Amino acid sequence: MNTDAKKAVWKNYQKEIADDNYFYVRSCVRQNFFPGAEATFLRIMKEELNKDIFEEPSHTTCTGIGFHGDIVPFETTMTVVARQFALMTEHGYKNLVPSCITSFGIYTEVLDAWSHYPDLLEKARLNLKKATGREFEIPKNLAHASDIFYKFRNELAAIAKYKLINANTGQPLKVVEHIGCHYAKMFPSKGVGGAEYPYVLSGMVESWGGEVIDYPERRHCCGFGFRQYLVQANRGFSIACSKKKFESMEPYKPDMIITNCPGCPMFLDKWQYAIAELEGKTYGQDGMGIPVFTFEEVAGLVLGYDPWDIGLQVHQVATEPLLDKMGIGYDPRKKYLGANGKFIGKPEMPDVLKTCC
Amino acid sequence: MKEGLKACINCGTCTAICPAAEFYNYDPREIADIVQLQDDEKLEALMKSDTIWYCGECMSCKTRCPRGNAPGLIIMALRALSQEKGYFVESEKGRQQLYMKRTVGEWILEHGYCLYLEGVGTENHPEQGPVWDWRQKHWGDVMERLGANYKGAGPGILRKIPDEALKEIKDIFDLTGATERFEKIEKFSEKKASEMGYKSGKGLDNDYVENIFSKNNQQHNSKHE
Repeated sequence: MNTDAKKAVWKNYQKEIADDNYFYVRSCVRQNFFPGAEATFLRIMKEELNKDIFEEPSHTTCTGIGFHGDIVPFETTMTVVARQFALMTEHGYKNLVPSCITSFGIYTEVLDAWSHYPDLLEKARLNLKKATGREFEIPKNLAHASDIFYKFRNELAAIAKYKLINANTGQPLKVVEHIGCHYAKMFPSKGVGGAEYPYVLSGMVESWGGEVIDYPERRHCCGFGFRQYLVQANRGFSIACSKKKFESMEPYKPDMIITNCPGCPMFLDKWQYAIAELEGKTYGQDGMGIPVFTFEEVAGLVLGYDPWDIGLQVHQVATEPLLDKMGIGYDPRKKYLGANGKFIGKPEMPDVLKTCC
Repeated sequence: MKEGLKACINCGTCTAICPAAEFYNYDPREIADIVQLQDDEKLEALMKSDTIWYCGECMSCKTRCPRGNAPGLIIMALRALSQEKGYFVESEKGRQQLYMKRTVGEWILEHGYCLYLEGVGTENHPEQGPVWDWRQKHWGDVMERLGANYKGAGPGILRKIPDEALKEIKDIFDLTGATERFEKIEKFSEKKASEMGYKSGKGLDNDYVENIFSKNNQQHNSKHE
């Protein structure tokens, strides 16, 4: 069969991803909720892929939650974004790598606006100069952190110690992938696979031995909604969105969920706990939840990193069922220890949701 | 994409894909329709209503609209104008903007990020569960265990953002409209709190903020009952 035409079509769904020399900007949510994920990303970039990736201490938020919570105007956001670009420029970098999907969406939106309205770009330059004295160049390449792992997924597979394969049965693990709304819903051409066939996580899962589940609500929002979660009165919306996804994926019996955005894994993890406690409903095996991971954590597991070094102990849904399936060894006694083996107590057990220890 | 609204054909695809429309009394198709009508009275009523505050800004509407429109972006414009004019305090959901300003807004200026660990404790976020509760009791230890530079100098996870960097962010906010929006949110909220008979004050520990944070009149998704 001649597959040239198919390849040509698929080409339209690819994006350019720089292969080295990255300027890294951290995520408001990922730093707080999954600190081990960011640490693991940089460890893999430096120690496994031998890349030059730089972090400037005085970079900040892009204002993302403020912008989508509608307390920060676009002109402010684009000027803060311009400041991030200035820091990148000052240090001689041209490739920007955000750790957050909403940041990625905002950088994309700002660059898109500047491309259509050069006067806005000029305004950003003037604003930044006036407020900070800084000047900037537009990044040559913008890629989300997951895009980088997607690009090097086969290189990572080549040095992997574990696969996304059930060590007992030899069958691929069934994986739900959730890419996060702001990765490609607004600007499909900027995400690997676009909005219709997002492949950034699926590519990693397939390269690392797993099988991606295609379920009806695969593209539904996790329910963060910014002010919809942060304000207590609105949280019914947030949990309802996640519940819709759980109900939809449950019949496929997923072994795990892999996520792209920093917020989604927090909601898909914590709302499983809340649904269990509120309604007595659990979605994993034997009264447990479906383990939820960031893409950095999954990469770390595949490479054989200690689960507690990459931060799996901060998840509310126990991750041990997945570790057991992959045949990954771990020491349960060390799960909740602080630095240097310091004993700092353990979390209480939930009433309904079963956890391991 | 150049604009968030080209001539809308009222097909309703946005409503079909919208997570908020599924949960709330919300219909993005109607929002686009009202904006397109350019009827000032209807627009003012919309900006004083709960309706514009239901959207989660996931932007799923952008992907599916056959005209390339983004009702989510229209919502952002309406919310901006509602806050500019002070209409937001006329609805339960709109009044919540003060909470957003006093948390996310002030955290950006004080800590350099939209979220501040100590600000999202299990007291106000019980759904975060016992592991988060454990982390809250041992912030420094858990952060150190996971390689963070918690409140430290230099690069790293949750480092202390240098004062000169925070000053640059504040100067940007002052110059580009964020500070002005913050001040308007405060001004209109203070007036509304007084009208409603609530004690207001700075920070989160006052009757008005407690009310806007937790008040839900249960009338927002009645179509599904």
